[in-house]
Amino acid sequence: MSEAAGSTGLHTEDMTLNVGPQHPSTHGVLRFVVKTDGEVINEAIPDVGYLHRSIEKIGEKCTWHGYVPYTDRADYLAAMFANQGFCMAAERLGGVEVPPRGEYCRVIACELNRVASHLIAVGTFGQDIGAITPFLHALRERESINDLMEEICGARLTYNYLRIGGVGYDIKPETCARIAAFLDHFEPIVDEYNRLLSNNKIFIERLADVAVISKEDALQYNLVGPNLRASGVQWDIRRDIPYSVYPELDFEVPVGRGERGTQGDSYDRYYVRIRELLESCRILRQCLDKMPEGPAVAKVARKFKPPAGETYVRIEAPRGDMGYYVVSDGSEYPYRVRIRTGSFTAMSIIDKISPGIMVADLIALIASLDVDAPEIDR
Amino acid sequence: MTEKEIYERVRELCPDGVGGFDEEVPEPFFKVEPARVLEVCRTLRDDDALKFHVLSDLTAVDLPKENVIQVVYHLYSYDSKQQIVLKADVDRDAARIATVEDIWKVANWFEREVFDLFGVLFDGHSDLRRILLPEDWVGYPLRKDFVEQEEYDGISTERAPLVPENLR
Repeated sequence: MSEAAGSTGLHTEDMTLNVGPQHPSTHGVLRFVVKTDGEVINEAIPDVGYLHRSIEKIGEKCTWHGYVPYTDRADYLAAMFANQGFCMAAERLGGVEVPPRGEYCRVIACELNRVASHLIAVGTFGQDIGAITPFLHALRERESINDLMEEICGARLTYNYLRIGGVGYDIKPETCARIAAFLDHFEPIVDEYNRLLSNNKIFIERLADVAVISKEDALQYNLVGPNLRASGVQWDIRRDIPYSVYPELDFEVPVGRGERGTQGDSYDRYYVRIRELLESCRILRQCLDKMPEGPAVAKVARKFKPPAGETYVRIEAPRGDMGYYVVSDGSEYPYRVRIRTGSFTAMSIIDKISPGIMVADLIALIASLDVDAPEIDR
Repeated sequence: MTEKEIYERVRELCPDGVGGFDEEVPEPFFKVEPARVLEVCRTLRDDDALKFHVLSDLTAVDLPKENVIQVVYHLYSYDSKQQIVLKADVDRDAARIATVEDIWKVANWFEREVFDLFGVLFDGHSDLRRILLPEDWVGYPLRKDFVEQEEYDGISTERAPLVPENLR
């Protein structure tokens, strides 16, 4: 602990505080050791690993098909994307072609999941900085998505919907109609969030110009997804390294514009997500229109043995670039599965951004990065 | 720029830094001399024709048959939308390689993770501690020959079956 006599001759001392490891900002189990000078942070050291479940090691012990349910747990708020990353890696290694209807089912499920995940992000954001009501509004809508998911695949959180070669169950026309009805209901709700949160003066004052991340820092720390876009880099894997049926779809990639303050501040990171909610709705509507007939899953051998090789698959998850580095040695089990997640790198930037901000702003920073503890620790 | 051209360019700039290039595989990669990894990475980031500003991923693969741990770097360039994979083979018994933290800050945490799970030491790293596992954990779990310790902190790591054997 450093001691210094201020200009007034008063004795001052740094404080070391422990934040966590219970939910300091309702994103899972995180812990920070914070060194502060009064309200101002000198250093915030993140301590992660409380939710480490060795998912990568489990990957070496399971068969290719058997590992898919485990990937759900890598990020339980966006399980569909973790499924998709692994399935795409296995398909690329094994040369499996997914039928078009399967791809559309995947994109519909994924985009619904993205809306659900962003709703959690937006809702907890409000809650973290003291607004409880918007959280309930967000969770109310997410509940409808959970119902739709249950109808699609039978599960509400860890879906295990995707299979290597397609999807487990076709999406029925009735379900499509219900998704369309949900979209009609949901799009106006985004205005409600804007009235409740985005245009709320207190909310803006808490976030504008707080914890600004410059473009250079974002690249140095490899921020991805909405966090990177908020810093002004227009980069979306769905558009720039296209996969699945995204090239056939028309959508915008929102970037931070310094809406209420500086580009790359916490408010931009929040608002990019609100705009992405609407983009996802747009994608969903196009998918429902374009969905072709045909089988939803390709024929894949039960004893799936892709030839030896390796691949690195990137997909655009709600928390950004999710990378699957999968190595096969030609056997029934993957040789190595590596999951690179957006929250892990987002968490490492906190060390850099936190000096000089207030303790309360640290919580806003964590919330704005939308870190998700299971995804950090895997 | 194809991967082949990137490789040629790097070989031109640091001739003894790079090893073989494999273009038969779908995602071509090239080998890097572990002692020269810093030089090669700095070239890849700073050269105007290459501009790999982003380290997408840094991980490792354990290959006990060849007695090496392969440290794998996935670089990406947002300008040219190009990916390149680098691989550095380090000796399994004395696994160490220079840190690239000074080139890409994100490597700090990636390298801590590789150290935690593979036991590769990164020379010059500012804060090389375990990141995911407890500090007193024994062994490096993602090595192929890892044997789990029987108990941790007085708690057995074996789990009793949920259903007794004779009822299953």
